[in-house]
Amino acid sequence: MKQFLAFVKKEFYHVFRDRKTLLMLFGLPVVQIVLFGFALTNEIKNTKIVVADYAKDAASQQIITKIEASTYFEVEKSILDHQQLEAAFKEGKVKLAVVFPANFNNDLQHLNKAQIQIIADASDPNTANTLTNFVTAIVLDYQKTLMANNAVPYQVAPEVRMLYNPELKGAHNFVPGVMALVLMLVCVMMTSVSIVKEKEKGTMEVLLVSPFKPILVILSKAVPYLIISLINVTIILLLSVYLLDLPINGSVFLLFAESTLLIITALSLGLLISTSTDSQQTAMLLSMMGMLLPTMLFAGFMFPIENMPLPLRIISNIVPAKWYYIIVKSIMIKGLGFSAIWKETLILFGMTVFLLVVSLRKFKTRLE
Amino acid sequence: MDSVTLNNISKTYNKKKVLAVDNVSFSVGKGELFGLIGPDGAGKTSIFRMLTTLLLPDEGTASVDGLDIVKDYKTIRSRVGYMPGKFSLYQDLTVEENLNFFATIFDTSIEENYELIKDIYVQIEPFKTRRAGKLSGGMKQKLALCCALIHKPTVLFLDEPTTGVDAVSRKEFWEMLKRLKQQNITILVSTPYMDEATLCDRIALIQSGKILSIDTPEKIVEAYPGKLYAVKSEKMHQLLKDLQAFEFTGSCFAFGEHVHLSFKDDEKDHQPELLNYLEEHGHKHIELQQITPTIEDCFIKLLKS
Repeated sequence: MKQFLAFVKKEFYHVFRDRKTLLMLFGLPVVQIVLFGFALTNEIKNTKIVVADYAKDAASQQIITKIEASTYFEVEKSILDHQQLEAAFKEGKVKLAVVFPANFNNDLQHLNKAQIQIIADASDPNTANTLTNFVTAIVLDYQKTLMANNAVPYQVAPEVRMLYNPELKGAHNFVPGVMALVLMLVCVMMTSVSIVKEKEKGTMEVLLVSPFKPILVILSKAVPYLIISLINVTIILLLSVYLLDLPINGSVFLLFAESTLLIITALSLGLLISTSTDSQQTAMLLSMMGMLLPTMLFAGFMFPIENMPLPLRIISNIVPAKWYYIIVKSIMIKGLGFSAIWKETLILFGMTVFLLVVSLRKFKTRLE
Repeated sequence: MDSVTLNNISKTYNKKKVLAVDNVSFSVGKGELFGLIGPDGAGKTSIFRMLTTLLLPDEGTASVDGLDIVKDYKTIRSRVGYMPGKFSLYQDLTVEENLNFFATIFDTSIEENYELIKDIYVQIEPFKTRRAGKLSGGMKQKLALCCALIHKPTVLFLDEPTTGVDAVSRKEFWEMLKRLKQQNITILVSTPYMDEATLCDRIALIQSGKILSIDTPEKIVEAYPGKLYAVKSEKMHQLLKDLQAFEFTGSCFAFGEHVHLSFKDDEKDHQPELLNYLEEHGHKHIELQQITPTIEDCFIKLLKS
């Protein structure tokens, strides 16, 4: 036990004396959260739109007020002709234009039919789609208030409720993803590199010729990274709660327990990589290619797995991050308990046992 | 009882393509300072790694402290001290932290065996808060030796401890080894430096995985067949060429500022003839004298025979 503690202490010295790695370890989660939260967002917020109101009557004013009231838009009122509008679109200044023709209210009152033109910049199809949907919804809403006094014989009114994420925030999607990514990256890369470093520097040779059990070498390597990763999980959760206003709906304890499981999975994967390579560079590359890319692609937070072709969907099943992502989403966003995620937990657990057994069998007590 | 025994040990690498150690047998007595002398790639490190249970031999058996290197590897690991050829301590840990770490790993403490390392440790103690990576080459070796000694091993394996260390530190290092010998620790040391061979009790000359000769340094020198001469003149390059062309030359090679020469036969004294021959070829200030061979001369002779 004394030996084990001495070894863990030594590992902590390594971590804390390597400033660059330390910065990466704790800077990574913060940078990722800030990056995904504020820079790489596909949420619609404060989009500049132009309203060209040629009508200037009661009806058009009412609709414009409604549009202005929405936080999604930043409305600029101007009377641009069509050529100027096109120029503004080409410059990329505006994403959407709403044009009210002259006599808008008149047409509406007397012909019972009026037209509004909505022009969107569809070079980004998703944004264009979302924006036009928003504006259309506002117009339809106005129409409904108009009809409130008249009895309509038949009416089907869809009541839409966005469950778990009523404001359609991106954070719900990426925070669990970032957690998976950071844990995989830190644990896999750090364990594999730190074990391979011992081999490369020749210290493994000295350690092997000692009464210290090789299995303890591995265990004591895992402890510091387990602790560091749990700190990382805490940082991410604090950031998401206080910076991104994303509450944790489920049990925090369960969340940490599941995170610990993924950390152990990742640590055993790092161990497996370290047993099959002899240089730090190879270990680094293997963990980057072997972990970072599949985690980004197949965890499901960047690209929906359901839309992938069948072979890729099958491959995604062996990526631990995918299961962890489902688990975290269930606990954090949906507020579900263990009964809802026991299947995913079992899969992760199975993976961990498999990886541990394989890597421990591969771990050499000699040099070859 | 012998401390270390090897019986017909062979070791190959790359799926038996490279033969590193070829049928090697020798034994080292308790408390002996035994040197494994040979150039780089001779198989010294392979032998050390097999004895420290880091590698498995392809053929043959060996024992350390009476324990089999394959079966009882765990016990051997807790008894021997091993210092690999490459500096293998933690560079980002301080001198003291390194020593403490290895002491704890071996389930002992610095205080417990301080007597054993005292002579060496006092030299590096002023730098005990310095990181190991920032020490000089000689200091690193001293620290590594301390770490290998901290658990009072019965057998100490030192793989090229003086390679890359300056001449003064080398001398100091060997003096430390002599003092350790008095503690009744068996020491196996390998080195590519032939001049260090004379400092060992017994040596094995090794080349291409084969042992050429095992004996005390004195006996190896005594066993040198024939007489050896050192020749010197003003034009050394020309001298070597002319000596090679001389009809009675057995072997000749440059050795420091002399050429070491032996004749094909020593039945007749060829010295006067040689002097005449060299003068004919325009050499001046010729020095010719018989010398006692060094270990290196013996090694070269053994290689050629």
